[in-house]
Amino acid sequence: MAVLVRIPIPLRRFVEGRSVVEAQGRTVSQVLGDLGFRYPGVQQRLYDSSGLRPFVNIYLNDEDIRFLSGEDTPVKDGDLISVVPAIAGG
Amino acid sequence: MFSMTEEQIRRYSRHIILPEVGGKGQHKLLSSRVLLVGMGGLGSPAALYLAAAGVGTLGLVDFDTVELSNLQRQVIHTSADLGKPKTSSARETIEAINPGVRVIEHRERLGSSNVLGIITGYDLILDGTDNFSTRFLLNDACVLAGKVCVYGAVFRFEGQVSVFDPKQGPCYRCFVPEMPPPGAVPSCQEAGVLGVLPGTIGLLQATEAIKLILGIGRPLIGRLLLFDALEMETHEVRLRKNPNCPACGQGARLEELRDYEYVCESYG
Repeated sequence: MAVLVRIPIPLRRFVEGRSVVEAQGRTVSQVLGDLGFRYPGVQQRLYDSSGLRPFVNIYLNDEDIRFLSGEDTPVKDGDLISVVPAIAGG
Repeated sequence: MFSMTEEQIRRYSRHIILPEVGGKGQHKLLSSRVLLVGMGGLGSPAALYLAAAGVGTLGLVDFDTVELSNLQRQVIHTSADLGKPKTSSARETIEAINPGVRVIEHRERLGSSNVLGIITGYDLILDGTDNFSTRFLLNDACVLAGKVCVYGAVFRFEGQVSVFDPKQGPCYRCFVPEMPPPGAVPSCQEAGVLGVLPGTIGLLQATEAIKLILGIGRPLIGRLLLFDALEMETHEVRLRKNPNCPACGQGARLEELRDYEYVCESYG
């Protein structure tokens, strides 16, 4: 499945400056894995040794994957995954 | 029944002629009390417009003084205010815009011992803070006190807005369950912020605040608005109430507040 991934500004330097990139997979986990394979800089910013970083929220279309099946949530062609890190500036 | 002076009727005439506001709505604004936490990039523009709109009481929380590097975005303060407490500087500007607004200065650092006492006197809270620890504390206090909090945050060229109403929807910690560890997310100080960005986000917060006071439209409860100034795009995702939320989840009742350790570091 070809899925689009929306990249937040701090991570765009790892994806040639693009705001949306394509990645492949049948689940959210596979898509993010493929994204990390294509753009290694992204990998370590999404994951730490215990898994997906808790302050990075992942949305499949407009739904938080924590309220779906987490990283095992299946995806289909044309879906949009958004990576939304917590920010706190004011 | 409500009554307005002739001066008030003229001042607020562009509101009053809106059927969705009217004299009744303007009276709601005049009798509302909004607490702005942080007189920085987000709080500055929000305070200017809430004052102009005739919000009756504005509480201002900030412990800092005005610095030169603030003036690139904190538009309620001017070059003449350098060194002044931000709450006093903001008060002067608010009173110049609209002397009818009652301003209450809370020139203190928000902590677990004073936050409930401060928020209790207000109908609505606007979160314009600049760090995770204060956001967590303010959220916990709002959940405990049942206060609605209009959330906004900015970073470099991106912003987020939502409304956390613990009675109807998710709270901040349903969205950010854990504070990022040191090394994970930079502060504006370290990473920079496009000066106009908190203006945009702070005014979206002010818009939500006014809608909530008037009871009109569809607020951002359960919705997170994401703004990307570089692409000039907005999009929206759903925020759900987390049944296991450490702040508002069932069985996770907050009994007392605690201070969170300050963290600010770099992500990306």
